[in-house]
Amino acid sequence: MANVHEFDVVVVGAGGSGLMAGLYASRGAKTAVISKLYPTRSHTGAAQGGISAAFGNLEEDKPEWHTYDTVKGSDYLGDQDAIEFMCNEAIDAVLELEHMGLPFDRTPEGRILQRNFGGHTNNETGKPVRRACHAADRTGHMILQTLYQQCLKNKVNFFDEYQVLDLLLVNGKAAGVVAVELATGELHTFHAKAVIFATGGHGRIFEVTSNAYAYTGDGAAILLRRGLPLEDMEFFQFHPTGIYKLGILITEGVRGEGGVLINGKGERFMPKYASHVKDLASRDVVSRAIYTEIREGRGVNGQNYVYLDSRPESIIKYAAEDGRTNPDGSPYTITAEELLKKLPDIVDFNRVYLGIDPMTQMMPIQPTAHYTMGGIPTNKFGEVVIDDKNTAFPGLYAAGECACVSVHGANRLGTNSLLDLVVFGKHAGLRAAEYAKQADFQKLPDDPTAEARAQFDGLRNGSGKENVFDISREMKKVMFEDVGIYRNEKGMKAAIEKIAEWKERFKHVHIADTGRVFNTELLNAWELGNMLEVADVIAECALNRKESRGGHSREDFQKRDDVNWLKHTLAWKKNGKTEIGYKPVTITKYQPKERVY
Amino acid sequence: MQVTLKVFRYNPDVDKKWHYETYNLDIEETERILDLLELVKGHYDGSLSFRRSCAHGVCGSDAMRINGRNMLACKTLVRDVGDKIAVEPLLGLKVIKDLIVDMEPFFDNYKKVLPYFINDSPLPADGKERLQSPGERARFDDTTKCILCAACTTSCPSFWGSDDYLGPAALVAAHRFIFDSRDEAASERLRIISETSGVARCHTVYNCTMACPRDIQITRAIGELKMATLTGKVD
Repeated sequence: MANVHEFDVVVVGAGGSGLMAGLYASRGAKTAVISKLYPTRSHTGAAQGGISAAFGNLEEDKPEWHTYDTVKGSDYLGDQDAIEFMCNEAIDAVLELEHMGLPFDRTPEGRILQRNFGGHTNNETGKPVRRACHAADRTGHMILQTLYQQCLKNKVNFFDEYQVLDLLLVNGKAAGVVAVELATGELHTFHAKAVIFATGGHGRIFEVTSNAYAYTGDGAAILLRRGLPLEDMEFFQFHPTGIYKLGILITEGVRGEGGVLINGKGERFMPKYASHVKDLASRDVVSRAIYTEIREGRGVNGQNYVYLDSRPESIIKYAAEDGRTNPDGSPYTITAEELLKKLPDIVDFNRVYLGIDPMTQMMPIQPTAHYTMGGIPTNKFGEVVIDDKNTAFPGLYAAGECACVSVHGANRLGTNSLLDLVVFGKHAGLRAAEYAKQADFQKLPDDPTAEARAQFDGLRNGSGKENVFDISREMKKVMFEDVGIYRNEKGMKAAIEKIAEWKERFKHVHIADTGRVFNTELLNAWELGNMLEVADVIAECALNRKESRGGHSREDFQKRDDVNWLKHTLAWKKNGKTEIGYKPVTITKYQPKERVY
Repeated sequence: MQVTLKVFRYNPDVDKKWHYETYNLDIEETERILDLLELVKGHYDGSLSFRRSCAHGVCGSDAMRINGRNMLACKTLVRDVGDKIAVEPLLGLKVIKDLIVDMEPFFDNYKKVLPYFINDSPLPADGKERLQSPGERARFDDTTKCILCAACTTSCPSFWGSDDYLGPAALVAAHRFIFDSRDEAASERLRIISETSGVARCHTVYNCTMACPRDIQITRAIGELKMATLTGKVD
């Protein structure tokens, strides 16, 4: 067979978790990292504000507080053993990044500088705690660059701009993946003992999103097609502060540094919704508050946006109102110059896309689709688990945003995604290499690329009436409106019907490009197919969950219902239909209670 | 508003030679050039190919020539360039298809400067971070911003003229580590960039600095590298 490669471990995706997995797996096994992008283009690079670890470099902090905050942030849907594991590993994980050369900002003593972020608190006082370690407002960029650089140093094998299309499963074990080399259009089979999915999220199913074009749910869709389940897909995070209409992320770090949200009447509104931590409540709470203000007519100029105010004089005024102090007890102040150093990219985005200066003008913002809490079910070692008893699937691993451990439950705290990808990317890499040492290669199917070819041929040979761009645009709009921040039965049922229609239309898309070299039209069509699969599962799971919890807000079931719904959703695709099952939540130390910020 | 978008086209599967296609579009002046390309791809010609991912200037995928200057298509708005817009692939790298160029020589140059942190000394006894003062950290802040989009390197006449010049982006990477107080391989990197393929090929044209979508003061960074290669001092 042409184009067959053999590796012990194959990693799919080269963002933070894929690179971390590749780095660790390659120390113990022959490893390849395959990505549809050049690794440094991955979406980890768009993360801004920070990565949390309870160093306590500026004030008292401890991993137990980080653990509790994460459990509470998850609205008690996160698995507490996994959360505790992650928060305990956080300090060593961030130190490891520093030892790899990551240029964190520094305290006067030369230690890693930390800032406030939503939902991270001193558990005794209930006040925000400085836990987010950062490199200006490009922390994700620095993590991505540093991990890629370390992979180069350690001679990790990369296959850049190869799109993985299919996962090969033989005898109930992972056997490899099939990918198309974008530059030539040729299919390649990667025969492997272990496969790690690190394929990121799927925010591109929504109209307004902070996510990259690449975020089309490829990994989740590939696993669905191979009969494996996804977990908690109804939980998607809408970040409170995206640039109006464009959705470009404005880091929570702006509020961490003292910025506040202001409605169309010029009022600071977060104290009404979260009297203790106000603008630093967790993201689901803040996004709903913004929507409520807009719905009740207090958007700016009657439009669907509010302001984020980061003008130094405003920050100082509101900090004084809140009694906010520096670590030495003096009143909190900030200058435009200091702010510019802490948030240079935010200033740049505002200048470029809005033509405004956030030092003297307020930023128009609206919630933006941001993060996939659900995904491929795994345990805390990155092993993919496929049922309610957490049975591991031999040789298959997942980490990062595509995975659901679950450490984020129903709502992720800011900074915990970067932590997640470093911690679980590492463990997935270690476990996969360990597994590969004692496992044998499974025999490849006679025609390993058959399924991938069939998918591409189906697209190429469609009857050609439908337009990928149009279907995609309709999907994004409906998903954002009806399966977005607020959801109800009527809207979701309508969305599910429409998804079925789009799936039908999708069978008849027109592909004008008949070439092989960088056929991005064919690739984009295939990605749309993935988005439709994922959107379908999200809408079905969201309709099924009759309660409100974290990022899942039902207008028709407004309360959290622990009696009936303190459980994970598992969803399979069988004969084109979504089948739903459940899995218990692991609760160790923290019994669910009302969530107040 | 009405704009004309002229796009460089070349599809090796069908075209013997490159050509330009012109599209008349009705769009908002606040739209990104990337939005225009997406519109053309969606409604005029699906075969138009270009790289893109983050769409807000941080991933480095969509550097191209827009009205003759290297820019990111996602970080350039119509109002920045006017109603007659010409889009072409980066110069100095082989065109593979339409706006997609062969990035391998670019990344090969990057890899030559040891673009990774090197410190083989024992970790601090407390196991914690290597200390670095805010001043030491600020020393190399500018060059940590690089997203490897190649806008700088492919704007450089020295790069166009010589296959072996490392180019501005690789030198930016060298600067990022050479001036990091924690790194221990400055002398090795200075040796690499002192070769004829290195800093001596920079003739301070400033194209790189003007092209950088991250506003890195590249020519200045290269100047600091030149000084370091001459004096052997890094400060």
